[in-house]
Amino acid sequence: MQTAMIGLKLFAELAKSKQRVRVLTFGIVIGLVCPASAFTAYVSNEKSNTISVVDTDKMETVRTIKVGQRPRGIELTKDDKHCLVAVGDDDTIQVVDTKTGEVTANLPSGPDPELFTLSPNGALLYVANENNNTVTVIDIERRVVLGEVQVGVEPEGMGISPDGKILVNTSETTNMAHFIDTDARKIIANVLVDSRPRFAAFKSDASELWVSSEVGGTVSVIDPIKREVTKKIGFAIPGLRSEAIQPVGISIKKDGKTGFVALGPANRVAVIDGTTHEVKKYLLVGQRVWHMSFTPDEKYLLTTNGLSNDVSVIDVASLKVIKSIQVGELPWGITITKH
Amino acid sequence: MSRFVVLVLAILFELTAAAQAEDPLEIKIGYLRRPQQQETISLVQMPSPDNGLAGAQMAVTDNNTTGRFLNQRYLLIDAHLKTGDDPAAAVHQLANQGASLILADLPADDLLNAADAGKADRILFFNVGATDDRLRQKDCRDNLIHTAPSRAMLADGLAQYLVWKKWVRWFLVVGSHERDRLFAAALTRAANRFGAKIVQERVFKDTGGARHTDSGVVQIQQQVPVFTQGVPTYDVLVVADESEVFANNLPYRTWDPRPVAGSAGLVPTSWDASNNLWGGIQMQNRFTEQYKRLMTALDMQAWTAVRMIGEAASRQNSADPSVLLDFLKGPRLALGAFKGQKLTLRDWDLQLRQPILLTDSRTIVSISPQSGFLHQFSELDTLGYDRPETQCKLQ
Repeated sequence: MQTAMIGLKLFAELAKSKQRVRVLTFGIVIGLVCPASAFTAYVSNEKSNTISVVDTDKMETVRTIKVGQRPRGIELTKDDKHCLVAVGDDDTIQVVDTKTGEVTANLPSGPDPELFTLSPNGALLYVANENNNTVTVIDIERRVVLGEVQVGVEPEGMGISPDGKILVNTSETTNMAHFIDTDARKIIANVLVDSRPRFAAFKSDASELWVSSEVGGTVSVIDPIKREVTKKIGFAIPGLRSEAIQPVGISIKKDGKTGFVALGPANRVAVIDGTTHEVKKYLLVGQRVWHMSFTPDEKYLLTTNGLSNDVSVIDVASLKVIKSIQVGELPWGITITKH
Repeated sequence: MSRFVVLVLAILFELTAAAQAEDPLEIKIGYLRRPQQQETISLVQMPSPDNGLAGAQMAVTDNNTTGRFLNQRYLLIDAHLKTGDDPAAAVHQLANQGASLILADLPADDLLNAADAGKADRILFFNVGATDDRLRQKDCRDNLIHTAPSRAMLADGLAQYLVWKKWVRWFLVVGSHERDRLFAAALTRAANRFGAKIVQERVFKDTGGARHTDSGVVQIQQQVPVFTQGVPTYDVLVVADESEVFANNLPYRTWDPRPVAGSAGLVPTSWDASNNLWGGIQMQNRFTEQYKRLMTALDMQAWTAVRMIGEAASRQNSADPSVLLDFLKGPRLALGAFKGQKLTLRDWDLQLRQPILLTDSRTIVSISPQSGFLHQFSELDTLGYDRPETQCKLQ
């Protein structure tokens, strides 16, 4: 910590000088010395059965961790000590120690887990099991199943309200967002959305829920109180046929003013005004963009690009794609440390 | 006294409200089929007795899972015709049982009979089996949706890939039955459209006899090289043998070492049990678990038809066939069917737009439309008869 402080002071003083090149080099050296200032992104690679560990300062892959078969959904525990990854073909969610890179445990996720979400307090895991139309609730620490909720056909997307009281699951063939009361573990409402809903995300103030429909090609904005669709966001990119626009991942800034939607084989991320829900811009990223994650300071948004085996880095302030980082084969999910 | 009346009224009101809440919207679907004892050359491709029906049943289960949340209930009525049975009579019987939607796996003439017989009862039909192009052309009907791809779509899907591979010199071998000739005609049309050349065409005559014999393989090994001898230089042998008489005996036995495509070798189809793309694996798992066999193209075509009904009924909250047809024809249909993109209906002939899978029956080799075959509206319309070419007048 002290080194870091001295480092930062030095950096600040040197920054005033004219020797910018040397400063830059020095800054990078400091970054290496004190990793606390860098964030770490964990990217699941569906084909290579690995997690790529990306340093968001260096903007490169610094480590590769071997995991089970077909890793997709990926989340860090709240303390960043463990990385949870759904390995669908092994029918489990693996717990990876982020320090050692070892798989330390397997969670009883039910068959073929794909996407999951954590309760806001970090104690519970909600998993979508596509093969048997259920959502499984798991106690992470005790590694036991607490219950199951029957939902529609092929459950996929999982979003949790900021207070943890409402879990939203999307079912791909039923085409609904199911609102689940997390205390009672019962469905309390179903909202019909467009075809093949894949992802659900709440705004941080719980005022809106966004659900992407991959085949329908839209994002439904849902009022979580009334539980009805208030707006449908459509996409149109000149020169691209509508079938290629397939919204999947959604990331909304904490202030709720800007949302980002990954458009799959359209190879673009749509930037959406969080208030008017108009599409402001399309950012060209890598091929078949799946999911996204902000760095905790929301300076960068990282996207996984399934077909081009890389991660694109979007500068959130300037809305520009500034870098692409090579990862494993068919990158799918991404999560970034909070500390 | 008045208090008592109010109480009774209140109870009555409660009871009616409860009854209303409990009565689900019932959607009855007929499944009309004829026994088609099709012998296949390959034992592993012999169709099971519930071929097609199982796909419809699974979609009914899927629709009912959704229906639980919407208070809709789907029912399937299997109408299995015997040889000589009149399809029109079966349609009336299904109508009497309350089915206003019918999936039909029938030969073209029977299908037209059925569709015309159902007009008076405003029945909407889904052709899940017949690939005949005339059903989408001059013999099209405004109460007949096609989830089965047409021969032209299958042939175009194959041709695009062969042209992409630059295998443009074709040796076309055609069986001696009517449907073999129809598929050959579609392949010839596809060759002309996409720039392939048929260097020679030969007919393989069906002289009768069993598909399976103990020593047949010895003769086949000697006959096929002779049959395929002396052809001008070609890249690929394209075969039209829907009757399953000889095509599967061609691969690895031709005089020249050439790949085979069409009715054997690389086969164009709407579905194959090896397809695991775009979430297809969940579909295959569900099917195999329930029916203890692999899912065929006919199963998929029937599944798709019932899912179309489910999509329309869930969005329109109606079981009225004309309401459903309006939705299905319109721009709001975006059916997810594990093909990597939304499926929609061609409003000029009621054919479902869909990608064509190319399979060697172990893996998916490619999916058409191939990139580079462009279209001003939808690349899927590069497969089959496009709007400007249609002879269909829906009525």
